[in-house]
Amino acid sequence: MENNEIEVLEGASLSSNQQFLTFLVNKSIYAVNIMNVMEIRGWCETTRIPNSAIYKRGVINLRGFIIPIFDLKARFVGELTKANEKNVVIVMSVRDKTIGILVDAVSDILTVEADEIKTDPHHSNEKEVDAFVDGLISHDGKMVITLDISKIFAEITREENALSDVK
Amino acid sequence: MSGFDQFKEVFITEAYELLDEMEQKLLAIDVDEPDNEEINAIFRCAHSIKGGAGAFGFSRLIAFTHVAEFLLDAIRNHQIALTRDIIDALLESVDVISAFLASAQSGEEAVEGIEDELKASLENLNKVNGNDVVEEEDEYGIFDEAALDEVFASNKRVVRKFSIFFKPEKDLFLSGNEPLFIIKELSRLGEMEYKTDISKLPSLEGLDPLECYISWNISITTDQDISRIKEVFEFVEGECQLDIELLEELQDNSVATAVDDEAAFGLFDDEPAPVKVEVTPKGQGVVSKPLVEKAIGNKNSGKAPAVSSLRVDIDKIDKMVNMVGEIVITQAMIMQRLKEVPAEYSESLNKGIDELSRYTRDLQEAVMSVRMQPVKSVFSRLPRIVRDISKKLGKKVNIIMQGESTEIDKTVIEQLADPLVHMIRNSVDHGIESPQKRLEKGKPEEGTIVLSADNSGGRILIEIKDDGAGINREKVKQIAIEKGIIAEDANISNEEIDLLIFAPGFSTAAEVTDVSGRGVGMDVVRKNIKDLGGDFEVDNRPGEGLTFLISLPLTLAILDGMIIAVGQEKYIIPINSIIETMQVSRSEINNVKGNDSVINVRGEFIPLVSLSAIFDVQNTAEESSKLLVVLVEYARNKLGIIVDELLGQQQVVIKNLEENSDPVEGISGATILGDGNVSLILDIAQISKMQAANKRALGIDKKVA
Repeated sequence: MENNEIEVLEGASLSSNQQFLTFLVNKSIYAVNIMNVMEIRGWCETTRIPNSAIYKRGVINLRGFIIPIFDLKARFVGELTKANEKNVVIVMSVRDKTIGILVDAVSDILTVEADEIKTDPHHSNEKEVDAFVDGLISHDGKMVITLDISKIFAEITREENALSDVK
Repeated sequence: MSGFDQFKEVFITEAYELLDEMEQKLLAIDVDEPDNEEINAIFRCAHSIKGGAGAFGFSRLIAFTHVAEFLLDAIRNHQIALTRDIIDALLESVDVISAFLASAQSGEEAVEGIEDELKASLENLNKVNGNDVVEEEDEYGIFDEAALDEVFASNKRVVRKFSIFFKPEKDLFLSGNEPLFIIKELSRLGEMEYKTDISKLPSLEGLDPLECYISWNISITTDQDISRIKEVFEFVEGECQLDIELLEELQDNSVATAVDDEAAFGLFDDEPAPVKVEVTPKGQGVVSKPLVEKAIGNKNSGKAPAVSSLRVDIDKIDKMVNMVGEIVITQAMIMQRLKEVPAEYSESLNKGIDELSRYTRDLQEAVMSVRMQPVKSVFSRLPRIVRDISKKLGKKVNIIMQGESTEIDKTVIEQLADPLVHMIRNSVDHGIESPQKRLEKGKPEEGTIVLSADNSGGRILIEIKDDGAGINREKVKQIAIEKGIIAEDANISNEEIDLLIFAPGFSTAAEVTDVSGRGVGMDVVRKNIKDLGGDFEVDNRPGEGLTFLISLPLTLAILDGMIIAVGQEKYIIPINSIIETMQVSRSEINNVKGNDSVINVRGEFIPLVSLSAIFDVQNTAEESSKLLVVLVEYARNKLGIIVDELLGQQQVVIKNLEENSDPVEGISGATILGDGNVSLILDIAQISKMQAANKRALGIDKKVA
């Protein structure tokens, strides 16, 4: 066990260990694989994209690149995050694209063994979330939902197109 | 990259260039009366490719090129007469060589046997004409003899010896001419000796310094011809007695002594060593030979020919473009901050900033111009395609190209190639009729496709015009119904039918040929053009021909934009598309049938579109009695856009929105403003369509307007 921890500290991904960044959205804890996370930054005003779904908060300037920001709360429960400077944007790389997700706060980094991740996808409180759940981790007696961001992203784009069609 | 690889890269790039040249020359050549110089040029291309290939041991390429070269050699020596078949075979061999080069570049072995068939037919062409290919025994090495021959060939020139008698009129000086300059210039043409005749020189007291009394007998050995010598005396023609006589003409291996014309007119800053003339009383002046040689030698060996172009990796240029983009943004940022500075401090700073922005603009233009390329680089591929397809289909098609030197951004050019090829294929395949049909219709047997490029209002217009059958609207509509693209009872206008050919999956060809007709094509073409920020128009005159008009932005990187505000949001309208801005009072707006508003601008009715409506913007000032309208133009149509405020003009760097996000209707891209915020750039053509679509959704017929 000690050996395993040393490997993780060195950031090596040789073992079956995986690291997750956990964060809060609407009082639930979610996690994303840290390999997708590029940076974490404070919330700043976005430029609205006309005729887009409500959870697409707009675009921001990330050092010369224009990236879209998605509001996870709006996606999960249909209610906009009342964003202020305490909110956090997690910038992630998903399928060659760079996107930002707006969350309430980031909390921790978890290192877990692959077999600690349960893959039963029907255990979250929010129905909307189920489709994006990758697995579940039990941590300090709490349930952490790991999200498959590429799924969310595909979902977001697809649904958005459908929405604008309806409009 | 090792040194060897680097040489290989150079070889391959050059070989491609030679190949291009070869292809173009082959296409241009007149079969019945081939110009010997042209055939030589083609031969040299093949020969140089072979020579280079030898150095790198591309044995299959060498063996193949050798056969082609052998054929060309026989043609240039008039052992074989040039025929259309030979040109066809040679053109095909251009393709094969190109395939070899591609495999040499990737480091993979070319597909087995791609050259066999053609090689056999080339050999056959050789044999039929009694010209057996001699196998080359030469071991190619870096110092390939053939290649060296090539190098020396340029020095092996015909040398001629002329005698010149030059006797200026007495009043030559009055016209500002100076015989010394003429003789100096003559001396640059070759080895010169001369005698000065001063026998007519009067004694000092009888001498009028304004008159010329001297004449010269000159003999010169040069590789230039008589016209070049006459050129030297061009300015004194009619003011002198001039006899030029060719004494002898011989082959000479010694270093030719020509100096190019430009040099002779003083583009090089160093003056040639002065010609030293020793005048004896009875005028026996001989230019000392070593001096002349030295003067000329300097010209030949001392200076390499002026470098007029430079190969630069495109990545480096892109990096520069990006940096300039960042400078533009940073500068906008500084300007923004400056507004917050008290006036007493900002004045001098403003001056500095103004200057800086002028330089930035110049810099940006300079960098962009590096990326600009003449459309010729795409256009030049098309005659070959027209030729091949028309031959395959038994049609006669002539392609005329205009405005090939129009310049356009390199990225645009690259992405323009495929759509153009496709449209040209379509024109030849579907547009131009067979010769019999054309004759029946009273058209000339040979169809014509005119491809032209033109610069207009910050955009590039490319027109592809054929005099073929045009789009058969009945047939197109029928097919579209069959394929379920439109409903059977759809009531659509002629223009809309014309646009159906761009629908995905549409194909008019009754059967799929290998030329076109797979139904993937025109929709892709349209998409490519759209992706480039271009517009597309079709002008269909059934029976007479079809014209595609493509309008493209000059550059994809930076544009001049007008920042406008609607509610709390800022958008950018490209300045190029703005005609004017005006205040319109509500009473001036005519409502045609419900929601369709138009305004009358000097007798022209222009539809209005409200940004706040199509973009669903909150808190706008639209309720006020006066409206601010920005009049824009796109592809010959006009549109008035209602905005709240004009915030000013600024250069903006176009950022791709779709890199990380989905395309947004009505938006062509985004940029970063001086305050670091993102602002969206309007796509005028799409906005007008959104407005039209809005109305159709409301059940209003737009044609009334």
